[in-house]
Amino acid sequence: MTVSVAAAPAGGRLSSGALRNLAQAIRGNRKATVGAALLLLFILIAIFPGVIARDNPSADIYARALNPSFKHLLGTTALGQDIFAQVIYGTRQSLIIAIVAGLLATALSVLIGVTAGYAGGLVDNVLSLVTDIFLVIPTFPLIIVIAAYTKNAGDWVLIAVLVATGWSYGARQLRVQTQSLRNRDFLVAAHLRGERNGRIIVFEILPNMTSLLVANFLGAALYAVLAAAGLQFVGLGNPDIQSWGTMLYWAQNNEALQAGMPLWAIVPGVCLALLGAAFALLNYAFDEMSNPALRPVRRKRGR
Amino acid sequence: MAVDGSAPAILEVQGLTVEYITDGPPARAVDDVTFSVRPGEFLGLVGESGCGKSTMLFSIAGLLQPPAEVRDGAVLFKGQDLRRLSERDLRAIRWRGFSVVMQSAMNALNPVKSVGAQFSDAMRAHGTTDAEQIAQRSQEVMRLVGIDPVHLRSYPHQLSGGMRQRAMIAMALLFSPDLILMDEPTSALDVVAQRSLMYQIKELQERLGFAMIFVTHDMSLVTRFSDRLAVMYAGKIVEIGPTPQIFNHPSHPYTQGLFDAFPSMYGERRALIGIPGAPPDLSDLPSGCKFHPRCPQARPECSQEDPVAYQVDDAEVRCVLYKPVKAARG
Amino acid sequence: MTYVVRRLSFFVVTLWACITMNFLIPRLMPGNPALDMMARYQGRISPVAYKALEVAFGLQTHQSLPAAYVSYLGNLFTGDLGTSLTFFPDSVESVIASALPWTLGLVGLTTILAFILGTVVGMIGAWRRGGKLDSLLPPIFIITSAFPYFWIALLAILVFSINLHWFPLGFGYSNGAHETLTWGFVGDVLRHAILPALTILVTSIGGWILTMRNNMITTLSEDYVSMARAKGLSPGRIMIDYAGRNAILPNLTGFAMSLGFVVSGAVLVEYVFSYPGVGYMLLEAVDNGDYALMQSLFLLITIAVLVAVLILDFVTFAIDPRIRTQS
Repeated sequence: MTVSVAAAPAGGRLSSGALRNLAQAIRGNRKATVGAALLLLFILIAIFPGVIARDNPSADIYARALNPSFKHLLGTTALGQDIFAQVIYGTRQSLIIAIVAGLLATALSVLIGVTAGYAGGLVDNVLSLVTDIFLVIPTFPLIIVIAAYTKNAGDWVLIAVLVATGWSYGARQLRVQTQSLRNRDFLVAAHLRGERNGRIIVFEILPNMTSLLVANFLGAALYAVLAAAGLQFVGLGNPDIQSWGTMLYWAQNNEALQAGMPLWAIVPGVCLALLGAAFALLNYAFDEMSNPALRPVRRKRGR
Repeated sequence: MAVDGSAPAILEVQGLTVEYITDGPPARAVDDVTFSVRPGEFLGLVGESGCGKSTMLFSIAGLLQPPAEVRDGAVLFKGQDLRRLSERDLRAIRWRGFSVVMQSAMNALNPVKSVGAQFSDAMRAHGTTDAEQIAQRSQEVMRLVGIDPVHLRSYPHQLSGGMRQRAMIAMALLFSPDLILMDEPTSALDVVAQRSLMYQIKELQERLGFAMIFVTHDMSLVTRFSDRLAVMYAGKIVEIGPTPQIFNHPSHPYTQGLFDAFPSMYGERRALIGIPGAPPDLSDLPSGCKFHPRCPQARPECSQEDPVAYQVDDAEVRCVLYKPVKAARG
Repeated sequence: MTYVVRRLSFFVVTLWACITMNFLIPRLMPGNPALDMMARYQGRISPVAYKALEVAFGLQTHQSLPAAYVSYLGNLFTGDLGTSLTFFPDSVESVIASALPWTLGLVGLTTILAFILGTVVGMIGAWRRGGKLDSLLPPIFIITSAFPYFWIALLAILVFSINLHWFPLGFGYSNGAHETLTWGFVGDVLRHAILPALTILVTSIGGWILTMRNNMITTLSEDYVSMARAKGLSPGRIMIDYAGRNAILPNLTGFAMSLGFVVSGAVLVEYVFSYPGVGYMLLEAVDNGDYALMQSLFLLITIAVLVAVLILDFVTFAIDPRIRTQS
């Protein structure tokens, strides 16, 4: 996780060409382009799994522990399922959890972080204390404890837990950013115009933090992907659904590595790593966009 | 006046050109600048913000960082071209031959080291390792600027703004250099502290005899204390000469405009005249004379050719208004 | 002084919050799974111990919440954490005591090593801005810092253990080895620790490198670094004494913040390698419905992180004179 305080851009409302600017920014930054391309690929796979993988992922009708072949691109599991199909269909689960948990966690970060930064005083102190507490507590053990009690209680419980543990880092960053914007002239002007606080926050402050908000979302999504996979891997997720984490769980349970089925254990991990890398690259790229000092320096040779 | 008119120049800048690399065309912050500084001379360097004066100072001191680059020119210090020296040789001259004083001491002093430790760093880097000697010299320079040497133990944040600034000057004097480059050393202070610091600097200069290039945007401050004045605009020195002459009879229209904007406290009341327009974008400069779009005395040829420097009494002025029938310089 | 007081009170408040969370969580869970657990204890432990468990897990319906809370705190401070179901009849405290050294050794040492190494690499990388190292570092380490810990662990096992047979598959030491302090045993322990240690190192170092690099870059643009160059100081001294010392300060805070994250990953690494540390025990406890052990381990892990953060706070206090001399 990078620690960077974003330089606040000039005040003013969000320009209408925002989406176009975003696309341009992504194309201009190499890390962002790679990250975005990967993410797009995964999204496509998640939406149209049937187009890419012919087999039914849960159908255990094939011979067991087959090596990769033309018919089974990644071989089969110890239970006779096609690994390639499982990987493709598992994409959807991981992506949904990442995006939903990421959005909700970011929303919570905004709620707490911006309020703390804007309100100041006692409200700020209390909210900051809560944020710091959640920041310090090791989240995965906490998730394990909660998951242990709520075994198989469903995806929404999982998402709730991820959100409850993943909002604190973003809240801290947003609070700092809000504070630096709070005393800017354009906000004082808005206040004098009689705009109410709620409106100021939504229409004046938030638009000036877009790249930070996006970076936060990506960070939260990354966290959600890894934490969810970790939970599923140790068997605390729902073992019947198709996801990369559960694939790893079954692979581990069947001692895939030792039994000569390495792909079963390695490939879902590769996908996790790639999706994680996509989020991480985009996250870093947005950090760079908010803080120009971090951009790659072109060093001229010679002279 | 401690200026020795017969001695060779201590600093000679010849044809210095510095550019900033951008995504678009490069911004030329210093454009083919040539001037020299005599031993013991107080040269004031003035101009609007963004005209390139700080960049020039930093390029003389060899402190430029990417994206700034020296494109051309020579910087002769006591006859040696600093640009041609190896990093090692340059380091040996640094601080002993010339030193630097920056605008904000709070930013220029390492926050996690005591003032004394930063003094001793400099001395150790140049061969003085005896602790006794270091302590002695440190106390000496502190007393020179009027600070109790007990503050050598202090950290920068524990000193007041004025004291910090003077501590920085003390550090600059450690090796009794022949030249000190000062980049707006008084801008961070309030008016009263500014004045008192200027008096102190002037007094130190007369006592110790170092030459000085003093960059500032505060005309009133610098005209009071300097020997010579150089006015910079869009990367070029448009007028340079003895301060009394430039103050009393500014020649270049830009210099005139600058002085017009600083009314005198005494003398008759007159309207405040500013210079219309804004300084140009250094990566997209106007053709011909860079000042012509804002110049009240512009002529047709001003947009065509960039004037060279012409002699006007003891000063040099880059303006076609002073082109003699026979050219003084090519 | 106010800094010290502030950090200490934060420590106490957070500690209290965790203990309270530990108390409330079982009570908030649907279906009260603790009931099943209690059934397995029935008749096998003393009535006093049984009662303590009831308090801890909210099964005493005729005791008010505040009273139960007080009893719980009392039990906690007398060190009575219950009996472990997984390792019956061992007490929870004894299980923790046997697992703790393994984790402290593996996770503790590796994390510190990764931080130091990462900081140095990040510092040098930023110093040589624009060079090859600088353009390669960020993309590589951004990607590696996003890898799941357990996947790297699996890869490590596959390559170094199964394929190359360089290191053992897992566990803390070989089967049948005696837990004595002989060179043979120590060597055995080290052999078993190398792969898990490498996994943690490789996955966590990326974050430190990047953070230090970014902080260094910001610091290098500061005026005092230019001044140091102007004074003619050697590049090494500038990099370490002027830039590095300032850049590392926010890094320490970052280190403290991400400890929770590293510990989380370490839990999974222990699991994959069946390494007998606290994280492994935690997951074993979950598998066995051994809630008493599980909650105590959670509390322990949290406290360990809090203590580490407090230590880092004190280190910052010692290094940064601005904090030290604030009166």
